[in-house]
Amino acid sequence: MTAADAMSNWDRFVFTFFNADIAMKYGWEILQGAGVTILAGLAVVITGIGAGFGLAALRAIGWKPVNFLIIVFVDIFRSLPPLAIILVLFFGFPNIGIVLPSLIVLWMSLGAVLAAFAEEIFWAGITSVPKGQWLAARSTGLTFAQTLRYVILPQAVRLGIPPLTNRAISITKNLALGSAIGVNEILGRANSALSMSANATPLTMGALLYVLVFIPLVIASRTLERNYRWGEH
Amino acid sequence: MSSAAAAPVPRYLLEARGVRKSFGTTEVLKGVDLLVEPGKLVFLIGPSGSGKSTLLRCCNRLEEPDGGSIIMDNVDLLSPRTDINAARRQIGMVFQSFNLYPHLTVQKNITLALRKVAGMSTADANARAAEMLALVGLPDKAASYPAQLSGGQQQRIGIARSLALNPKIILMDEPTSALDPELVGSVLAVVKDLRARGITMVIASHEMNFAREAADKVVFLDGGLVIEQGSAEDVFLRPQEDRTKRFLAQIRH
Repeated sequence: MTAADAMSNWDRFVFTFFNADIAMKYGWEILQGAGVTILAGLAVVITGIGAGFGLAALRAIGWKPVNFLIIVFVDIFRSLPPLAIILVLFFGFPNIGIVLPSLIVLWMSLGAVLAAFAEEIFWAGITSVPKGQWLAARSTGLTFAQTLRYVILPQAVRLGIPPLTNRAISITKNLALGSAIGVNEILGRANSALSMSANATPLTMGALLYVLVFIPLVIASRTLERNYRWGEH
Repeated sequence: MSSAAAAPVPRYLLEARGVRKSFGTTEVLKGVDLLVEPGKLVFLIGPSGSGKSTLLRCCNRLEEPDGGSIIMDNVDLLSPRTDINAARRQIGMVFQSFNLYPHLTVQKNITLALRKVAGMSTADANARAAEMLALVGLPDKAASYPAQLSGGQQQRIGIARSLALNPKIILMDEPTSALDPELVGSVLAVVKDLRARGITMVIASHEMNFAREAADKVVFLDGGLVIEQGSAEDVFLRPQEDRTKRFLAQIRH
């Protein structure tokens, strides 16, 4: 292999993946995709974690039929691949007269998956709070609901933060699946720019944007863990 | 005897009779009486598994007794019409492993029930907490978290937390067993102070020297039954029953 050949390979690599002209041309459009990803991501995280928290609190009450339904929901949505849920909602549901916009389908699908995992994480947190905490709180006359709210759940949340942030990030990354049903998020836009330009630079930009969007989330989760130490060193 | 419960001024502040409790097939309490007069300090002794903790927990229905009756200051605790959350305000409880809320400061540990159960304002509750902290000798720990305190300090906070609600009686479940020996004294000093203030207490504990000094009555429990009871002098120095003698010989070693 000659030096000239090596140079031309390198040039081809740069031309294909780091092409400034292409980047300029499609940059703004892909950046707008980042806006969609961020908004949809926030919606998924807030509703998913919120619903998971609510389900875990509901499960703590211990109504058997309700708990059965919660467990069924949780187990199904933890086992289904998110893409399968998205495709069923988007292509299957119109057959029974339910037509949902692609962004809503994406949000509902990932939100439900995150809710299922979050429920399990919060539930694990609730059950690992020592029984003595319940005894102490109830012995002072706090009701079941007050004990759950003021004593148990704050501790369950702390135990759940590390696994929860990991799970939230890995599920939110699935927003890229939205490209399969035409959601104009980062990957969707990068994909169409890729077809139009016959160049992979939009994918590089997309990847970069994903990093830029998710790194703050990773950092935020670490800050969150630090703030929950309650006087331990 | 049952007429005593209906009398306007009961002889006993806590009157538990024939209390039974089973866990699965294991009968932990086989019909236990525990009678506590107002202002008295009753010591519960007995080997582990004898039912001391279960008996204490039945007295505020943290465990649901299977049978018997428990009357607290004229209130039938086992009646379905009794608001158990309201009744529990009158019955303080202190735990072997302290059970402080790790996510709350000392102040909030003490004020949580004051605010949420007793309906006090935050300012009033904080003032009450300060008063309690002074009483247990930890006036400067309001802003600390439990993890920052020694075991003895945590237990004194546990006592302050239950005392803050101004209960009629405090039940203590082995309050010093989890403590290093050098920390026991500080907790017992608080207990002695409470006794001097006329606060009724039932303490499951093996601190025999303390019991001899402070207990008005000692109840020896074994195998879910009261085997012997009487003054600390009688039970410790002149035990009548063989099981009591054997138990005392064991814990003296």
